[in-house]
Amino acid sequence: MSGLLYLIPIALLLGLSGLAAFFWAIRSGQFDDMDGAAARILIEDDE
Amino acid sequence: MTAHAAISGDTIERTVLAVPDAHCAGCMAKIERGLAAVPGIVSARLNLSTRQVAIAHGRALQVPDLVAAITRLGFAAQPVAETNIEVSDNASRALVRATAVAGFAAMNIMLLSVSVWSGADGATRNLFHLLSGLIAIPTIAYSGQPFFRSAWSALRHGRTNMDVPISIGVTLVTGLSLFEALTGGPHAYFDGAVMLLFFLLVGRMLDSFMRDRARDGVAALLKQTAPGALVIDAKGRGEWLRAGELRPGMRMLVAAGERLAADGIVETGASSLDRSLLTGESKPEPVSVDDKVLAGTLNLLGPLTVTVTAAGQDTSLAEIARLMDDAGQGRSRYVRIADRAARLYAPAVHATAAAAFIVWLLLGAGWHQALLISAAVLIITCPCALGLAVPAAQVVVAGSLMRAGVLVKDGSALERLAEADRVIFDKTGTLTLGRPELVNLTDLPVAARPVALALARSSRHPLAEAIRRAFESEQVVAAELTNTVERPGFGISAEFKGKPVSLARGESSDGLSTTLTWAGGETVLRFADHLRPDALKTILRLRSLGLEASVASGDNARSVATAIAGLGLTAQTGMEPRDKLDLIGRLKSAGHRVVMIGDGLNDGPALAAGHVSLAPASASDVGQSAADAVFLGDSLLPVAKAIAAARRTMRVVRQNFIIAIGYNAIAVPLAFMGKVTPLVAALAMSGSSLIVVGNALRLRNAAR
Repeated sequence: MSGLLYLIPIALLLGLSGLAAFFWAIRSGQFDDMDGAAARILIEDDE
Repeated sequence: MTAHAAISGDTIERTVLAVPDAHCAGCMAKIERGLAAVPGIVSARLNLSTRQVAIAHGRALQVPDLVAAITRLGFAAQPVAETNIEVSDNASRALVRATAVAGFAAMNIMLLSVSVWSGADGATRNLFHLLSGLIAIPTIAYSGQPFFRSAWSALRHGRTNMDVPISIGVTLVTGLSLFEALTGGPHAYFDGAVMLLFFLLVGRMLDSFMRDRARDGVAALLKQTAPGALVIDAKGRGEWLRAGELRPGMRMLVAAGERLAADGIVETGASSLDRSLLTGESKPEPVSVDDKVLAGTLNLLGPLTVTVTAAGQDTSLAEIARLMDDAGQGRSRYVRIADRAARLYAPAVHATAAAAFIVWLLLGAGWHQALLISAAVLIITCPCALGLAVPAAQVVVAGSLMRAGVLVKDGSALERLAEADRVIFDKTGTLTLGRPELVNLTDLPVAARPVALALARSSRHPLAEAIRRAFESEQVVAAELTNTVERPGFGISAEFKGKPVSLARGESSDGLSTTLTWAGGETVLRFADHLRPDALKTILRLRSLGLEASVASGDNARSVATAIAGLGLTAQTGMEPRDKLDLIGRLKSAGHRVVMIGDGLNDGPALAAGHVSLAPASASDVGQSAADAVFLGDSLLPVAKAIAAARRTMRVVRQNFIIAIGYNAIAVPLAFMGKVTPLVAALAMSGSSLIVVGNALRLRNAAR
């Protein structure tokens, strides 16, 4: 049972870091242009 | 980008232009690279979702230069109306954040709850309950805000809505669970409370995304009716100013094919003005020196120099704006179906919970147990399925309508559309295309067609564009011309195989015409405004849906009669904006729910006053902002499709309500008897939500 004392905080921390990453992604505008992001990968940058 | 290092930071301006035709990766690359190569442009970035390009450029470049640069790349562009540049999607962002937090918390609490359900007890159970509470309480304080705020504002105004029972339920259940956790009790409903918030937030988020997508779509279409004008100063230099920057006394140069950005008096030049957007009248009005001209009219023939007499809020459009403000009042009082359901639902839920508490007390249970049971009743009846029932169906149908070419601005528009029982059409631009189309294509010998197309291609004049559209759809190949010259006020002349050819201003006074001179002789080309395709089919479909239609037009009786002949519609003609408003008012007081379909500035007040309103994509910016939905393309059929789809949506919404009520009919007695543990509550809640969403997905193809 004492394993729980480590595992629960670790699980929460991992979840929180995922949440923080998502917040960061929203803030930095990564969801501003969903269609554009999908299309941009097709643009060749050979110029 | 490094090539423009000469432009220092403080002289860089940012301009946002709408590029409605951009739709693929190729367009993005072409526009971004093409613009970056233009001297004076630092960078350009296209947003494909909003169809807008943000350009950073030196001050030397003005809006028309940027538009011209994009036109050279093969795309149409127009300045975005000022109000749309700072599109606030803060509401959506806040909802996404709240949903993310609720989702994270729901998962972690569920992790702890599963261990409790699978047999943890004693100190472990207490620890897990406390941990759940530690996660749940900040989450509810943060993610619950949209509900608490809306419930509070409803209560403060003496009303009730869906958020009132949600807020009371969540708060009560959380408080009670906290008490359980602190005193080491067996049941804590933190998982249920947070999961409820999560499901409801997903519904809200979908609703908000739907509105954003439609709004972005409309914003991309929104052509500012007259974004600005080329102003000439005393020394004859020209500068392009936005409509808002124009002042009385300035002199503006209005080229053929441009709209006037302000009211004024003609100083030099003579032309014809198309006032259809302003008054609905289809016949062009000839103007010459000293005539008064109005903002929003389209200059058809030659260039005009106009002295501005009134600009911005003082123009003739201001009266229309004032009428619209008044007319919009009624619609804001509309109560959405979910809130109407909540009016019955909330008292029922609260009465049941209170009854459970009292009955168990009377039966001799302790107040603690009685309170727990009433909390279970509250959480099981919390309108999880009800909260999803409406947005899920509306989002699915809005997506389907979007594919069919109708952008619906919000869910309430769908509800109102389903209730409509009377249709009023505007004529010019709504029943008709609102642009000149070539009538006598057959009069022109086949040999002359390539010449006509080549001449028409070198002009942006509305009539030239009509010729281009007509011949391009006939697969005509343009002839090779030399020495092409466009003379404002006259037309285009050129040489074809050494002989002079021209497309010149027509002499006839009735309607629009041009004269084509070519090697083989002269032909007069006539133009008229045509009915939209599928107009008759749409009217018949509306009739089969039980909606009677009629026409209200600002145009005179004779031209309305010719335009709508064969549609079997009655019409009222010569109507001013106020008359249309009165007509809707009369129908409304006779108990009708009116769909107003119009495009012009003169339809603005009527669009705002109708129970629900639609505008074509070609409508004026005023018309599009006032309408609840915008339909794309030339066909009128999306109007009938939208109404049919809205009705199907309401059927599914009602089914969803019945499912939600049926679920309550089973779950509430169980909760009342004290049989609902947190596990049962969690299962029942997710189960009913899934069924409701599944039912809504049946609407995927509702707009076909």
